[in-house]
Amino acid sequence: MTILYRAAGARFTLEVTLNGQRRSGQAEPRMLLCDFLRHELQAFGVHVGCEHGVCGACTILVDGIAVRSCTQYAAQADGTDIVTAEGLAQPGTLSEVQRAFAKHHALQCGFCTPGILCSVAHFLRETPEPDEQRVREMLSGHICRCTGYTSIVNAILEAAATMRKGS
Amino acid sequence: MKPVAFDYYRPEALSETVALLADKGDEAAILAGGMTLGPMLNLRVVRPHSVIDISRIQALKTISVAGNVVITGAGLTQSEALRSERVAREVPLLAMALPWVGHFQTRNRGTLGGSVAHADPSAEIPLALVACGGTVVLQSRRGKRRLAAPEFFVGALVTQRQADEIVTALEWPRSPPDAGYGFTEIAQRHGDFAIAAAACSVRLTNSDRVERLAVGVGGVEDRPIAIDVSGFLGQAAGDIPANLSAHAASSVTPMEDRSASADYRTALTKVLVERVVNSALDMARLQRARLQ
Repeated sequence: MTILYRAAGARFTLEVTLNGQRRSGQAEPRMLLCDFLRHELQAFGVHVGCEHGVCGACTILVDGIAVRSCTQYAAQADGTDIVTAEGLAQPGTLSEVQRAFAKHHALQCGFCTPGILCSVAHFLRETPEPDEQRVREMLSGHICRCTGYTSIVNAILEAAATMRKGS
Repeated sequence: MKPVAFDYYRPEALSETVALLADKGDEAAILAGGMTLGPMLNLRVVRPHSVIDISRIQALKTISVAGNVVITGAGLTQSEALRSERVAREVPLLAMALPWVGHFQTRNRGTLGGSVAHADPSAEIPLALVACGGTVVLQSRRGKRRLAAPEFFVGALVTQRQADEIVTALEWPRSPPDAGYGFTEIAQRHGDFAIAAAACSVRLTNSDRVERLAVGVGGVEDRPIAIDVSGFLGQAAGDIPANLSAHAASSVTPMEDRSASADYRTALTKVLVERVVNSALDMARLQRARLQ
């Protein structure tokens, strides 16, 4: 049993698995996890919106769980397995959900999209047969000012159906 | 938006945590899921010298049963509690309240104990705890103590927790099989802070009279409150929803803020209490029919 200690203002080296690769970078205790991922590891798919857990743009997968990366600190994440939008499909290919988003015009400016895609990855793993209400409840954790959500709901429902057929 | 610089401590054991709190409690903040403390740090509403991260203490993430209570560890996430069959079966009111707490993404990290320790007046978990007759378990180097929920919550963001104490667990009375429950709330958007919320638990006799009853209201006063329902015990169940909701509305002293006037909160108290009492009665009758 030991207490991990990081002094205020002091930089330390942090190691995580990011999209399947061991990566390390520098952080100090107050550095937000989203800032660490963007500034230190160049994971620019992590979008920073409200910075207080409301808008959902910064949502990522930590150990498979969809969580905000703006209300946790880099210091908390050492040793975790992180997936950002860049890691949801092999480079150059699209996941079923991404393909459905393109088909249904489920994005316009695209700022909220990476966070939503991360949420959907966890959500469909837990809820492979969602109805529209479940999808809308899950989406309530994301703010999109372009689409009016309908196209996003349609894309997620179609992707879920396609994935069920494929599995 | 960045927090002030802080010392970061991550203990792995409860004993280490209480030792740290004994030393630094006055200027430390306990970080669990960070769904409330995170925003407060980022907005610099709080400026702690030290942050004590308890999110990796496995001993705080358990669900257990002791006698007539279900004990949920303070570090259990709201999602984990929502997935628990034991919670669904034995603490149905908590299971009903949890889908109202924030969103899928915040419940994945937000904890039961964090919500209770933070004590937002409109928070659902504190309200469910009050309406269940639950208990908050606190620990410090001075020892362990247990406080009944209505006693623990003092005011908006104010509780009986002392600076050297940590909320370690919540105790929920195990639900009898014939009990009925109801929970609902009104917010501007699903997952937002409730303008008003209500919870009810009830047991009926075979002749459809009220045997046990509890009604709680959240978001209306500066803390979740239990309505005095002693006058309704023994009454015919069919008579109580209208009278009880009027009684609840006349017994609250509502807050007023930018999202709602005091009058609106009084009106919501009446409507929401009537709804949860009706739901709880329906469920109790259904349970009774199933058991017979």
